[in-house]
Amino acid sequence: MYRYDEFDAAFVADRLNQFSDQVARRLSGELTEEQFRIHRLMNGVYLQLHAYMLRIAIPYGTLSSRQMRKLAHIARRYDKGFGHFTTRQNIQFNWPALKDIPEILGELASVEMHAIQTSGNCIRNVTADHFAGASADEIEDPRPYAEILRQWSSIHPEFTYLPRKFKLALSGSPHDRAATQVHDIGYQLVKNARGETGFAVYVGGGLGRTPMVGHKIRDFLAVEDLLAYTQAIVRVYNLEGRRDNKYKARIKILVHEKGFEPMREAVGAEFAADKNDLLALPQSEIDRIRAYFAPPALKERAAQSQAVEARRARDPAFAAFVDTNVSQHKHAGHGVLTISLKPIGGIPGDATAEQMDLVADLAERFGHDEIRVSHEQNLVLPHVALDDLPAIYDALKADGLATANAGLISDIISCPGMDYCSLATARSIPVAQRISERFADGPRAKDIGALKIKISGCINACGHHHVGHIGILGLERKGVETYQLTLGGSGDEACTLGDITGPGFSYEDVVDAIETVVDTYVGLRTDAQEDFLAAYRRVGMAPFKKALYERDSGADI
Amino acid sequence: MSQVISANRLSDGIVLFRAKGGAWVEQLRDAEILPDAAAVKAVLGLVEVDVKANHVIEVAAFEVTVKDGHVEPVHLRDKIRARGPTTHPLHGKQAAH
Repeated sequence: MYRYDEFDAAFVADRLNQFSDQVARRLSGELTEEQFRIHRLMNGVYLQLHAYMLRIAIPYGTLSSRQMRKLAHIARRYDKGFGHFTTRQNIQFNWPALKDIPEILGELASVEMHAIQTSGNCIRNVTADHFAGASADEIEDPRPYAEILRQWSSIHPEFTYLPRKFKLALSGSPHDRAATQVHDIGYQLVKNARGETGFAVYVGGGLGRTPMVGHKIRDFLAVEDLLAYTQAIVRVYNLEGRRDNKYKARIKILVHEKGFEPMREAVGAEFAADKNDLLALPQSEIDRIRAYFAPPALKERAAQSQAVEARRARDPAFAAFVDTNVSQHKHAGHGVLTISLKPIGGIPGDATAEQMDLVADLAERFGHDEIRVSHEQNLVLPHVALDDLPAIYDALKADGLATANAGLISDIISCPGMDYCSLATARSIPVAQRISERFADGPRAKDIGALKIKISGCINACGHHHVGHIGILGLERKGVETYQLTLGGSGDEACTLGDITGPGFSYEDVVDAIETVVDTYVGLRTDAQEDFLAAYRRVGMAPFKKALYERDSGADI
Repeated sequence: MSQVISANRLSDGIVLFRAKGGAWVEQLRDAEILPDAAAVKAVLGLVEVDVKANHVIEVAAFEVTVKDGHVEPVHLRDKIRARGPTTHPLHGKQAAH
């Protein structure tokens, strides 16, 4: 993985010194809250419902064991013994004291981490496919390009005060696991007819109060033009994006109001005009960064593991775990292991310090020292030998981390909602917990099959509800929580926004409503191979709407 | 409607309530109940000094009801703020109960 060079280390140390001084001056009263707020936000410090919250960047979701242990240490020493992994591959601590934050950032800097660009109207922490460098379907590891974008965008002087925040995501596989089409810019690695690798580029995607699927602005962008073309897009946005209304300030609104074709022309003109900005990426620099992401030296192994098959034959729980949580690795005899942070009835994305330490240990012993954080709020060991799965499973099970539900109905994305967030209009975590308890991870969940439920506790959509197969949006109506359902959303390569079912449901009724939707799907699917999304795309909203809103008016009378 | 003044402590962000006499307390039961808008306005004027002294930030009033001596916020957001996350019964102010 990437290691800081002297420049990176000095840059993070400088920022730490600056922010430590700013915190000291705030605590002494030299800075007012108004003067200080922008500085704390630029360093990932928010004031939330109960306390400060510190959001720490995990670039493209990649962590080493040493870094994970440091997060565990911070959870133990400065917080309440746990952390919360987010839909942007970050981690948040919910209870740090402002006076401790310089010390925490010092601890992070010692393991090459920081909280820069996790807030503010800048280019935010770059996200990528959590299976990058490992998945069998990959064209190329997108992380070297994510790292190049990270270095280029870090406190970029021209792009530090954009009209609004700006999010980049990269995928290296045809199957998009990084939700690239709902980012300000999404990059999908593709091959052209000559067999060269480049990017399909999407612009103007986003969720929030005005969800939009990104427009494909380039079918094929040469990798050497990655920075130059990105600069052209951000320049057009920086100059033309609205600054008069924060709700209309994202690039998706600019693309919508200006029109996609004029936007493409403006970006093309900017790109042509900037050709002499020396931003063309030399192959030597790509190769230098790529060397940091060289795949680990994996041994040759048989495609099928006898250890796994023997254990599978006598242990159905282990078999379920392997079938559900292990994805195909590009190297025979290996797997990509998803460690679900969705225990049945648990809080999506939360991990205790002990669990973080365990994952760090397992990554070190069995996983070539690599851990990933997924935007679906799980952890991933990207390179494990199938032969080691029984030992890994036993260790995970002992610490409550062996839930066999990756990709199933109880693998729910949920924002923190009103339990923590000062912007939320309703709770989301307890809704996720109740759905998880209702469907669990047993035979019923397996029969239902692949189903992504995503819950947001307000219109800002941190829980990505618009692209949930079933999306849930928590709102407040006349002082009471109400939950609006959307169906048929998807954040993958066939990206679609969900359709609203109709009037919302109360906190008490929303889980029954979800069950109605799920039962309706099970009743109308052609067979068990037709998953929820495929069935919805075939039949549309009508049968679900009927089941949801006419259920009390007929059969029971 | 009755109201209580709340804020966050600058040094650690913890939610505080203003008690009678001007102290800032961590438990809602110890807060001063202000009977009307005029009382709220008067106290908001008084707490400016605590903001200027950099003791508290984000000062705001919220609605409560009082029944048999028990103070209860009207809105769910304020209930959660006064107790702690509904998902972590040992975190936040409810841990002390």
